[in-house]
Amino acid sequence: MDFSFTEEQQMLLETTRRFIGERYDFDYRNQVRASAAGWSSEVWSQLAELGLLAVNVPEADGGIGAGPVGTMLVCNAVGEGMLLEPFLSSAVIATQAIATLGSSEQRERWLPGLASGELIAVLAHDEDATRHAPMQVQTVAEANGEGWVLSGRKTLVYHAPAAQLLLVSARLADGTLGLFTVAADSPGLSLQACTTVDEQRAAHVLLDRVAVGADARLGQAGEQGLQQVLDYATAALCAEAFGAMDRILAATIEYSRSRVQFGAPIGSFQALQHRMAEMLMHLEQARSMSYLATAHCTDPDADTRAASLSAAKALMGQAARYIGQNAVQLHGGMGMTDELNVSHYFKRLLAFELRFGTTDDHLEVYRRQL
Amino acid sequence: MDLDFSVEELAFRDEVRQFLADSLPSEMRERMARGDDSNIRDDIQDWQKILHAKGWGAPGWPVEFGGTGWSKTRQYIFENECALADAPAQLAFGIKMVAPVIMRFGSTEQQQRFLPRILAAQDWWCQGYSETGSGSDLASLKMKAERDGDEYVLNGQKVWNTLGQFADWIFCLVRTDATGKPQKGISFLLVDMKSPGISVRPTRLLDGTYEVNEIWFDNVRVSVANRVGEENQGWTYAKFLLGHERTNIAGIGSSKRELLRLKQMAAGVARNGASLLQDPVFANRIAQVEIELRALEITNMRVIFAEASQQAPGPEASLLKIRGTEIMQRISELQVDLLGPGALGFGESGGEGAHTSATYLNLRKLSIYGGSNEIQRNIIAQMILRL
Repeated sequence: MDFSFTEEQQMLLETTRRFIGERYDFDYRNQVRASAAGWSSEVWSQLAELGLLAVNVPEADGGIGAGPVGTMLVCNAVGEGMLLEPFLSSAVIATQAIATLGSSEQRERWLPGLASGELIAVLAHDEDATRHAPMQVQTVAEANGEGWVLSGRKTLVYHAPAAQLLLVSARLADGTLGLFTVAADSPGLSLQACTTVDEQRAAHVLLDRVAVGADARLGQAGEQGLQQVLDYATAALCAEAFGAMDRILAATIEYSRSRVQFGAPIGSFQALQHRMAEMLMHLEQARSMSYLATAHCTDPDADTRAASLSAAKALMGQAARYIGQNAVQLHGGMGMTDELNVSHYFKRLLAFELRFGTTDDHLEVYRRQL
Repeated sequence: MDLDFSVEELAFRDEVRQFLADSLPSEMRERMARGDDSNIRDDIQDWQKILHAKGWGAPGWPVEFGGTGWSKTRQYIFENECALADAPAQLAFGIKMVAPVIMRFGSTEQQQRFLPRILAAQDWWCQGYSETGSGSDLASLKMKAERDGDEYVLNGQKVWNTLGQFADWIFCLVRTDATGKPQKGISFLLVDMKSPGISVRPTRLLDGTYEVNEIWFDNVRVSVANRVGEENQGWTYAKFLLGHERTNIAGIGSSKRELLRLKQMAAGVARNGASLLQDPVFANRIAQVEIELRALEITNMRVIFAEASQQAPGPEASLLKIRGTEIMQRISELQVDLLGPGALGFGESGGEGAHTSATYLNLRKLSIYGGSNEIQRNIIAQMILRL
């Protein structure tokens, strides 16, 4: 039992935090949010220079190989800063998918670009049908002799407009699931751009008979391989959400100290104090579950992994909802405005609750293995 | 970061398990498992003697006083394993409450006189804190201790005294100065329960048991030598004591045991042709509490780890108390809900379910005693959130 972090891990957290503190305050973030792209390529290059985009590239492939714990700590800071850049999408999820599922040729081809930030890749998996059943993929991959032809529609793919490469999940004729690398400029591929509730850029991706080569299939792992990637993604998203929960509670405590009504700071009223005490307990339980998700997100035993991640996502989803709603409530009317960071954290947390399986979905997964 | 116990810690856990398998008398285990308190005094003291013989009589004490000198982690493992094995809980009033105060603030004579007898189960201790007008606001207590030569003369009443009907000794907070701030005029006294003028009156509880008492003091004379530390400094010692009461405050082991029992019960009860363990509504509630317990177990280990690497128990203990007691109460609610009308019986004639509903009723105390959960929220707001 050890809840300490190595010096290298601490450094990752501090580096990310310092960068966000210096370069990514709330006003700057608002500028990025209002820009045409909705994320900053300048920030992206700086993250690359700091080495942060290489945390999930194995050392053997020229990266840092910081693993789940290092990733968790960086994601804590990313959540604290509510980064709009495709860190989770590209540097965590897509990178992990290629690093763990890809052949040596595929890793050599894609990982250096991902580590340097020159390449942005995203997982295009979600569809209408996968909302509460992640493996109900309707997109199909037909073998055409020279490779594959992909057809289907992926929904709300985070950071797809920024990506040069998409990792598309599709069902093969024999029923197995495949993951395919697809260039964003492939003929037949079109994006319908949209903004998500947490202010990130995304797109619905239409694949109309998109042809890819025989070397485009990422590994042979099928549903299991995809599940591993989703589990890793879930743990990282949990870490991001923890960072956001931590900050929204801190903002609420701060606000309750400075907001004076009836001649006293509202934080001196017991009804509000108890609410904030409850928020803190949710936060600490969430932290424990984020650790659990991190500790088990690469567990080779699929049942242990599923139980741990579902327990973590369910509890953290509930914590996010409680903390988020009450943060807005305790800010009163100001919590309803766009002006304070609180409403933005609140939306980030809502997205967390809904992504990679809702709270109910995960409770259901957990219930079934009781 | 590593959430699992180390190889050494796992080996220790196995050693404890083996000891429990070998040394916990089966009749005692069975009585505890079915919640039979009819022999509770002897069960607690006999088990204490067995632990003492093994050298494990005081898991939280340093070696110099006859304790094990175990780390917080080992204490945690030990208490969890004992709870999981249905061993009687050690009597906290002596080992965990008064003993640390005597060790820290008592005289050498008090240490030599009282500590070995606590360890060997020769004395049963109880606590004299709350009064009718002083519950959450404990510092307002009024029981008088007036100095008369080398003695104090005690007059007043203590309430919510747990298991004092078996007690040889009681540690009391008494008022020795009523002039200044309430906290400044309290002293900490050790009182022989056989002293003339003490009377114990049982308070019947909602579950039909006699677990707590009122204790009346009518001109009870106590030697000044039985005062711990300085006169009027008792509040400091009481706060110190509260910090020591909390190493196992989350009750992870008991909750795990009762959750297991709940799941076994659920597997044997059917609704709509499926066991309640597969029933979407009921199993969802089990899943919810199991998940929260898993989180609390990690939170508890985080607190232990933080303590081991630096300081005494901090206000984080309040979090463990609140969530731990909520979870215990919810598991017992689920056990009642699972039995449904089967839990309607009460008392001796009430059948098997009577124990389940009586436990549910009894466990409402968890969020009330030891500083109510509302007081704990005040502590979190003030000590952690600095509001």
